[in-house]
Amino acid sequence: MTFNYFEHDLASLHEQLVNKEITATELTEATLDNIAATDEQLQAFISTNPDEALAQAKLIDEKGNFDNVLTGIPVGLKDNLATKGIQTTGASHILEGFKPIYNATVVEKLFNNGAVSVGKTNMDEFAMGGSTETSYYKKTTNAWDHSKVPGGSSGGSASAVAGGQVPFALGSDTGGSIRQPAAFNGIVGMKPTYGRVSRWGLFAMASSLDQIGPFTRTVQDNAAVLSAIAGFDAHDSTASQREVPDFSKKLTGDVKGLKIAVPKEYFGEGIDPKVAQQVKAAIAQLEALGATVDEVSLPHTKYGVAAYYIIMSSEASSNLQRYDGVRYGFRADDVKNLEDLYVKTRSEGFGDEVKRRIMLGTFSLSAGAYDAFFKKAAKIRTLLIEDFNKVFEKYDVIVGPTAPTVAYGLGEEVDDPTAMYLADVLTIPVNLAGLPGLSVNAGFVDGLPVGLQIIGKPFDEQTVYQTGYAYEQASHLFDQQPDIATKY
Amino acid sequence: MAETTITRDEVAHVAGLAKLAFNDTELDQFTTQLSDILNIFDTLSEVNTDNVEPTYSVTETVNHLRDDVANNWGQKQELLENAPLAAAGLIKVPAILDGEGE
Repeated sequence: MTFNYFEHDLASLHEQLVNKEITATELTEATLDNIAATDEQLQAFISTNPDEALAQAKLIDEKGNFDNVLTGIPVGLKDNLATKGIQTTGASHILEGFKPIYNATVVEKLFNNGAVSVGKTNMDEFAMGGSTETSYYKKTTNAWDHSKVPGGSSGGSASAVAGGQVPFALGSDTGGSIRQPAAFNGIVGMKPTYGRVSRWGLFAMASSLDQIGPFTRTVQDNAAVLSAIAGFDAHDSTASQREVPDFSKKLTGDVKGLKIAVPKEYFGEGIDPKVAQQVKAAIAQLEALGATVDEVSLPHTKYGVAAYYIIMSSEASSNLQRYDGVRYGFRADDVKNLEDLYVKTRSEGFGDEVKRRIMLGTFSLSAGAYDAFFKKAAKIRTLLIEDFNKVFEKYDVIVGPTAPTVAYGLGEEVDDPTAMYLADVLTIPVNLAGLPGLSVNAGFVDGLPVGLQIIGKPFDEQTVYQTGYAYEQASHLFDQQPDIATKY
Repeated sequence: MAETTITRDEVAHVAGLAKLAFNDTELDQFTTQLSDILNIFDTLSEVNTDNVEPTYSVTETVNHLRDDVANNWGQKQELLENAPLAAAGLIKVPAILDGEGE
């Protein structure tokens, strides 16, 4: 028996559980059936864990306490979030078979809320990529067109939610890895403010940029999930001690008087004109709802990609030193000595994109290049932040496209790293500045979803959600379903 | 604008620092790709950053500290189970120097 998640949001699922119209066990079984029925097309999961999920659901049913909105609700977790006793690979060969000995803080928080993890979703290897094609394990497809990429790096989580396998999923976003796949799959994806969500148990890629966030079909659901995973954590020294507000508070549909800034650089060279047109129509709709809209400038936008790829690869090259074949995961055979073990394990265990970034980072941090690259990039980062600060003196949110194009064909760009990197131009600055950024569906171009990106002030996720919700309710695009919905 | 170039030898040197080994084909491929990417990086030199402070982190808090008390999770067995090779309660690795016996 499958379950049609396209007909229910989290609140409606919660109500059915409370009223005993369905049990947590039935919902978990149906979700596993959903995945069995559609994963041949979507390839969204690296692994599922039916035994653990059903045991968890059984305990929840026995307790019978459904006070929490997430209790008994199945979730898909990106495979770079540590799950105790359950294989977590980061989609890398080098971590094949690795079973973490603890849960990531976000996983622990979801479990404390009663959510049921059904499996680990596919992603680019160590979250490095924008199409989920660098995964060692499989190629995930776009929920709307299985010949297209799902975006990345959290492509599995996005495809699983957009394809109706699960009601929500978690991903991570270092340079757009939640927002871009959300855009490509026509769903809602939030990268919270840096520090809003604990990174403990997230496999570190670039520690000053990484954030975990939710994928959902609606803004209301997204706000509910963020409420569950946000908050201070002693295990992450960068986790914010600020109070977690009610992220649903401003979901009224009202944006009268909201001051929206539209950066002209976000509609410049390289942006598909059809995407630009669709996003402009969405902005016009927000204006019709009573928001004021002005064009602004974020003059350093075009330098974001270069600054990002230097900073990210530098941090990643350092973070990925830990993978050496000694303590966990894959270890190469036939080695002469310990040094050989490190080199052979890493050379056989990492894929090309990971090696490329380790090389770029190692180079950028090397004695002769440090000032010209790493330090220079860190200064550009300051200028990008100042650009945002200036705009936020006068405006509440910044909006534009999430990605320059709609989803492209599988295999089309994976061999062209520079093209792939430049496609991150609209999401990267948000990570460099640590701001919250949301992608909501803004309609379709040639049958493929387009993302509207909404960027907020630090820790002002409420206003970001307010804007996204008003647009979503006015456009009602979430009524549209991909063909795969007929499988349920 | 100064153009950064990277030679095949430099790529091999950086690979050594990163504990990676490449064959000839890979070395050629990485040299070309890294050069292309460095050309993108070079665009940063267009921007005057005199008197601009670098930003290395956007966290608003500096390290949370806890009391200096050991918090031993007692998970030695679970940790060892993840090791590719273990013996006598320790992780086993090959010899550090060539030709040494075990």
